[in-house]
Amino acid sequence: MELIFRLVEKYGGVFLQGLGYTLLLSVIAVAAGTVLGALVALMRMSRVKPLNWLMSAYIELIRGTPALLQLFFFYLILPRWFLAVNPSKFVCVAVALVINSSAYVSEIIRSGVQAVDRGQTEAGLSLGLTKRQTMLRIVMPQAIKNILPALGNEFVMVIKETSLASTFFVGDLMSAFRTVQGNTYLVIEPLMIVGFIYFALTFTLSKAVLRFERRLKASD
Amino acid sequence: MIETVDLYKSFGKLAVLRGVSERIGKGEVVSVVGPSGGGKSTFLRCLNLLEKPDSGAILFEGADITQKGADAGVHRRRMGMVFQQFNVFPHLSAAENIMLAPMLVKKKTRREADDMARALLARVGLADKYAEHPARLSGGQKQRLAIVRALAMEPDVMLFDEPTSALDPEMVGEVLAVIRGLVAEGMTTVIVTHEMGFAREISDRVLFMDNGVIVESGPPAELFARPKMERTKEFLSKVL
Repeated sequence: MELIFRLVEKYGGVFLQGLGYTLLLSVIAVAAGTVLGALVALMRMSRVKPLNWLMSAYIELIRGTPALLQLFFFYLILPRWFLAVNPSKFVCVAVALVINSSAYVSEIIRSGVQAVDRGQTEAGLSLGLTKRQTMLRIVMPQAIKNILPALGNEFVMVIKETSLASTFFVGDLMSAFRTVQGNTYLVIEPLMIVGFIYFALTFTLSKAVLRFERRLKASD
Repeated sequence: MIETVDLYKSFGKLAVLRGVSERIGKGEVVSVVGPSGGGKSTFLRCLNLLEKPDSGAILFEGADITQKGADAGVHRRRMGMVFQQFNVFPHLSAAENIMLAPMLVKKKTRREADDMARALLARVGLADKYAEHPARLSGGQKQRLAIVRALAMEPDVMLFDEPTSALDPEMVGEVLAVIRGLVAEGMTTVIVTHEMGFAREISDRVLFMDNGVIVESGPPAELFARPKMERTKEFLSKVL
């Protein structure tokens, strides 16, 4: 126990920086993933068949392959594609996480929209609203209540997934563990510290999501 | 006012409408009765294009609304629709439920729409529910709200799809009273219903549908008392 305190004292800055990077990566992945995922969901639900198939293939491919593989893929391929820009390791990893998250988010959005009773759409149309108005004013406001809590849970998942980024040593929490391990030759203690930080993060977040979900339900 | 010509509609292999031709005049009150699965609701839903018929035409004041390029929205806003499951908007207050379409579609100001909502709510005895969300309304109140929501678009025709089938028995009366009031004002009305007594009371004409066709139609006194077709007799003997 004393060893842990000493580690925290000495390497607190390293762990904090790792926490910072993990949070940064997660926020980027979920935020950009949500924007991209919303677009994917829209195309997935569109009546233009080829678009529909293309997006469905995209979603299946991303969800059907390991995130680690995707990280490797973008880590190796992006610098070759964008020679001139020469993207940093962090950018490659972030891009991979965004793409990965977009596939999951798009399914969250799609199921959230489809969970809204079909009668709601019919009622909107029968009043003379256009399809777009019905979507924006009637379906979406109800779908949001299904989507937001699921998005919160996706955030929790992504936080844990960012640990894979440490494979490329991008400075996230898990990378911080490896730094400290390398400097001190200690394994269990730094691992416990990092594990505690992850848990504190995800536990608080999922509790917050749960409370938010209850408030949404109550407002109905 | 509305005329359907030889409507056909299938869901997959199931033929739901098999040649329905009917003419509904201005101010006429038509009830559609018959066994479940006979095509009553599908027929009604075709009238405002919630279902697209596979073939046949629907003429609304002479214009074919099934034609490609015809704007379904234009026709729908002239036909109010009331659903079995109410389909009130749960995320909006009672007043907002009513105000939404007039503001979006008819570009009424908030003030105009609000005045209208107050008047309509008062008309069906829901004045005190102005700010209430549907979750706090009873089934009968929801359905009354759904009716005035449709009326807010000042439609020429009202379509009712089994408006009392999802209601607790003690709430059926309050909804029927509202429909009765509309009919008394001369609203052109098509109502799919299992309430035979009500159909007999309010209708100018009753259609008996079974197996995707209109088997028989006539004034209620005639159709209920002296049905001509064997199938109609059989059905009526079970439900009356």
